[in-house]
Amino acid sequence: MSTSEPLDGTENLAEPWDELEARPLRSPGPQVATAIVPRSSISGRSLTAVVAIMTFLAALTAGAVMMVVSAASDWRSDVSREVTIQVRPVSGRDLEADVRKAADITRAVSGVADVRVYTKEESARLVEPWLGNGLALDELPIPRMIVVKLWNGAPPDFAALRQTLAAQVPSASLDDHRRWIDRMRTMAGTAVAGGVAILLMVLLVTILSVTFATRGAMATNRPIVEVLHYVGATDGFVARQFQRHFLKLGFKGGLIGGIVAIVLFGVLQAMNSWLAGTAGGDEAEALFGTFSIGFSGYMAILGQIVLMAVVTALASRQTVRSTLKTID
Amino acid sequence: MILFENVGLRYGIGPEVLRDLNFRIDGNSFQFLTGPSGAGKTSLLRLLFLSLRPTRGLITMFDHDAATLSKDGRATLRRRIGIVFQDFRLLDHMTTYENVALPLRVLGKDEGSYRAEVVELLEWVGLGHRIDALPPILSGGEKQRAAIARAVIARPQLLLADEPTGNVDPNLGQRLLRLFIELNKTGTAILIATHDIALMDEYDARRLVLHEGRLHVYE
Repeated sequence: MSTSEPLDGTENLAEPWDELEARPLRSPGPQVATAIVPRSSISGRSLTAVVAIMTFLAALTAGAVMMVVSAASDWRSDVSREVTIQVRPVSGRDLEADVRKAADITRAVSGVADVRVYTKEESARLVEPWLGNGLALDELPIPRMIVVKLWNGAPPDFAALRQTLAAQVPSASLDDHRRWIDRMRTMAGTAVAGGVAILLMVLLVTILSVTFATRGAMATNRPIVEVLHYVGATDGFVARQFQRHFLKLGFKGGLIGGIVAIVLFGVLQAMNSWLAGTAGGDEAEALFGTFSIGFSGYMAILGQIVLMAVVTALASRQTVRSTLKTID
Repeated sequence: MILFENVGLRYGIGPEVLRDLNFRIDGNSFQFLTGPSGAGKTSLLRLLFLSLRPTRGLITMFDHDAATLSKDGRATLRRRIGIVFQDFRLLDHMTTYENVALPLRVLGKDEGSYRAEVVELLEWVGLGHRIDALPPILSGGEKQRAAIARAVIARPQLLLADEPTGNVDPNLGQRLLRLFIELNKTGTAILIATHDIALMDEYDARRLVLHEGRLHVYE
């Protein structure tokens, strides 16, 4: 607009702003533009707390699932590297000879790293907790164990070994622990499915919370939205003003929840180290591994922080856009 | 520029509040819209500002059929129209400068490209000293001038003003009228909705008179 001549100095009318015109012009406003939607109009604290709690729960779930999967994988690999052969005493057969024969047959199979026959004394120790000590094994039909260690990555042909043992040592039976491995696989799968279900619920709760908070913010800021429309703002522009706030809130909440979770896992890991060697520490380690979620676990938590921020921003954008359709 | 043909408007299932409106607003024209309270002035302004759709008839704005415009299309067209509300509608958390610059910010312009222009306009309307002031501490007349500055900063082709002198004393009312006349001289078509007969007598311009929902045009 051409404004070469101020309007204020015209004709003989009293000029209410003339005297003010003489004052030196101040430089305009703050250098950083004020947010069009004021931050104080959005119930930020409660939403940040909700997102922080949800991120913490999501990180806890992910960490727990990763620990279970890792522990199950360790157990599985330990168990699958070892098989046992049980030789039962059968009347009319020489138990010692059967044991030696079964061990010899097994040693000859490719993929077997080591074969160890439990002695009578070792077998007695195995049943000692139930039957007490000082047993005369010859008087009891206690089976003898052969522990077979396997090479990694090249498992023997268990079916052929089982067949050979059945033909030559009918009293021997091979246990490759398949049943346990399958159970552990199922358990780990169930833990992962449960974790994914909890994560989905956490995301759903976050989306619902953000939706309600956005609706509240939209209602509070409706006069601003109307003015924006009057000056020619598109719905996309208006949505961006809200989305900017909610992205920040989501990131802040996610960061708080994620950091608390990282600290918690760090403390658990440190406690695990301190308690190593004690009875309780060993039990916990046997069950849960080292309580460490590892580099990938920490990366997963960082990913969840970003995910929460993005979900918060997208949920608010969607809510703003659907609300704007009702405002003309 | 704007053409109304047999336009009618009703709210819900109520009676028609505007009936058979036929008129045009040409570029660079000046007109008053008047009529008794409740005659439909604000409804007609809302039709002109695309915040209401007519229940019948055809509105052509800047060669576009208003009925076929998308929501974003209406927003784009509104950028060619400036509006001054009776209650100003300034954003209380933003300074006078930021309020006036809002339409340019909405257009996505960089602040550096419009800062001088906004300051110059504020100076022109006598608000050079109020650049950093928030609206709650401005007087009624200052708010009115800030609202006018915001309406014209993006150089609209049409300026709509709803009772612009309703909240100010007669002296200031005359000053504001003079401001509108100057804006008109710079090429902006002006439509002032008012029931202030004295104000209309100040300037010889076309009058659109609403009475019982019908429009009578006095050239």
